[in-house]
Amino acid sequence: MSAAATNDDFVQPTSFAFSEANLAEAKKHIAKYPKGRQASAVMPLLWLAQYQEGWVSRVAMDVIAEMLEMAPIRVYEVATFYTMYNLKPVGKHLVQICRTTPCWLRGSDGLTEMCKKKLGVDLHGTSADGKFTIMEVECLGACVNAPMVQINDDFYEDLTPETLAKVLDELAAGRQPKIGPQVDRLNSAPEGGMTTLKDVAKGAGQ
Amino acid sequence: MALQDKDRIFLNLYGQDDWKLAGARRRGIWDNTKDILAKGRDAIVNEIKASDLRGRGGAGFPTGLKWSFMPKASDGRPAYLVVNADESEPGTCKDREIMRFDPHTLVEGCLVAGFAMGCTAAYIYIRGEFPLECKNLQTAIDEAYAAGLIGKNACGSGYDYDVFLHRGAGAYICGEETALIESLEGKKGQPRLKPPFPAACGLYGCPSTVNNVETIAVTPTIMRRGAAWFGALGRPKNTGTKLFCISGHVNKPCNVEEEMGIPLKELIERHAGGVRGGWDNLLAIIPGGASVPLLPKSICDEVLMDFDSLRAVTSGLGTAAVIVMDKSTDLIEAIARLSHFYMHESCGQCTPCREGTGWMYRIMQRFVRGDGKSAEIDMLQDITKQVEGHTICALGDAAAWPIQGLIRHFRPVIEERMSQYALRRAAE
Repeated sequence: MSAAATNDDFVQPTSFAFSEANLAEAKKHIAKYPKGRQASAVMPLLWLAQYQEGWVSRVAMDVIAEMLEMAPIRVYEVATFYTMYNLKPVGKHLVQICRTTPCWLRGSDGLTEMCKKKLGVDLHGTSADGKFTIMEVECLGACVNAPMVQINDDFYEDLTPETLAKVLDELAAGRQPKIGPQVDRLNSAPEGGMTTLKDVAKGAGQ
Repeated sequence: MALQDKDRIFLNLYGQDDWKLAGARRRGIWDNTKDILAKGRDAIVNEIKASDLRGRGGAGFPTGLKWSFMPKASDGRPAYLVVNADESEPGTCKDREIMRFDPHTLVEGCLVAGFAMGCTAAYIYIRGEFPLECKNLQTAIDEAYAAGLIGKNACGSGYDYDVFLHRGAGAYICGEETALIESLEGKKGQPRLKPPFPAACGLYGCPSTVNNVETIAVTPTIMRRGAAWFGALGRPKNTGTKLFCISGHVNKPCNVEEEMGIPLKELIERHAGGVRGGWDNLLAIIPGGASVPLLPKSICDEVLMDFDSLRAVTSGLGTAAVIVMDKSTDLIEAIARLSHFYMHESCGQCTPCREGTGWMYRIMQRFVRGDGKSAEIDMLQDITKQVEGHTICALGDAAAWPIQGLIRHFRPVIEERMSQYALRRAAE
């Protein structure tokens, strides 16, 4: 089992409210599920709270529980079970390094080492300037573009310690690096060119 | 002979073309969908049965048969199609390509499959780590609603059908169908006991069928081109095309759509640029995602990539995620990493899995160093057997099999490491 985040040195806020836009978005999510099944919207609402604040605080869970007519403990259960909800504040850029076998085979350990050294932090640590939090995670599902990391919502693929360092530099400077493969390659096609679909005329094959 | 482009289903696998509705229509998606629905529920189920399509999520259960378990007439409860887009089997990244670059194949498939089972709606459960794929898929769903392809009177068929997207938040276990349903209901993703099976009592206690993304996405093409076309590809009972993900120590890792039953060696050499350092530098391959036992080179030389061929060599096609390891690989560490994965992802519900995955990982960690005795290999094997088959879901099995495969084929490697370790300790 994965362990939920433990209590650390941070202050739980005393209030939380969804922004107007997020409240409208929340209502759209709730409407997806049958009447009386509004608890289904707990995951989307936790996501909204996390996108709004950067993490999910206790009081945000309480607000969501009330909105969905759930016992607060049911919301806490969900928030602690799923590993992507940050139950404590993280840096501006959350760097998640894939550590599972396909990425490890292609050098994910080197990425972790580089990140630790460059940012001067251990896993789960946040850099002194508050810009980066690093962690190792299990398979992110981009195995043919290994090794890779996910930074906030974006995948950076086909990395070396050097190219990942460049990505981090760009982010630190407030610029958006190129997302996806960091080598000359079209998404998950073989490097050097496609071996299939070369002759597909538009509309053919169906 | 390799699969020809005219027989491929996923024509925008690499995102080289427009993934939105206009591009999808150009590639033939949403072509005469109304006519497919006009054939009626039974005709669609029978055609899928005749095609011998087997589920693409790992277990390889016949899709048409699964669909036929759904009630023929409603007892007042709605029925649901639930699409398993929680792709998280290590090595697997195929559904991701469908959702970000060809999402309309999936949305159209939801309508066809859902109609065939008398469903009122589809819920697509996408893994939380795929925000971009989530965005593209939602865009495709919105486009389909706006064009009248789904929603009220979908495609002008007179049938009302909704498609909803639900994003997970990082839990491998939600790829297990009943854990996925629990999660969709707003709970922790812990698998349910079966029976009752989802077809009788699934999402919200209603008849439900859970299918993998690729399974659903190929069905409209099968309906358009016919079961005979699909069935002529591949081998008997292992028909059609399949998305393969080739990762690890190959020169050009990639995803590719190929014919079922393609020889493993040909798959790697034709599309992935061969094994790093040449075929003779190959040590072992995990042929179907982390959960299936690895194969030593001697088996890889000849084996065909389909459900039955791989089962015959005590492995499996799984999700068709081929993880290649060359001779530089520390195989014990490679499998120990997977043990760590299963320990991390165990939902904690069943004791043999919750505790056993931790035991197995910790023993594997010692074996990586060589810190152990030969008899402990038998003990580890015994532990895997006590986990396998003793849990509610298959995660326990999946944690056991990679270790069993390692012991079956590479026991001397573990023993060699142990004797080296013992020698080092003696010298100190």
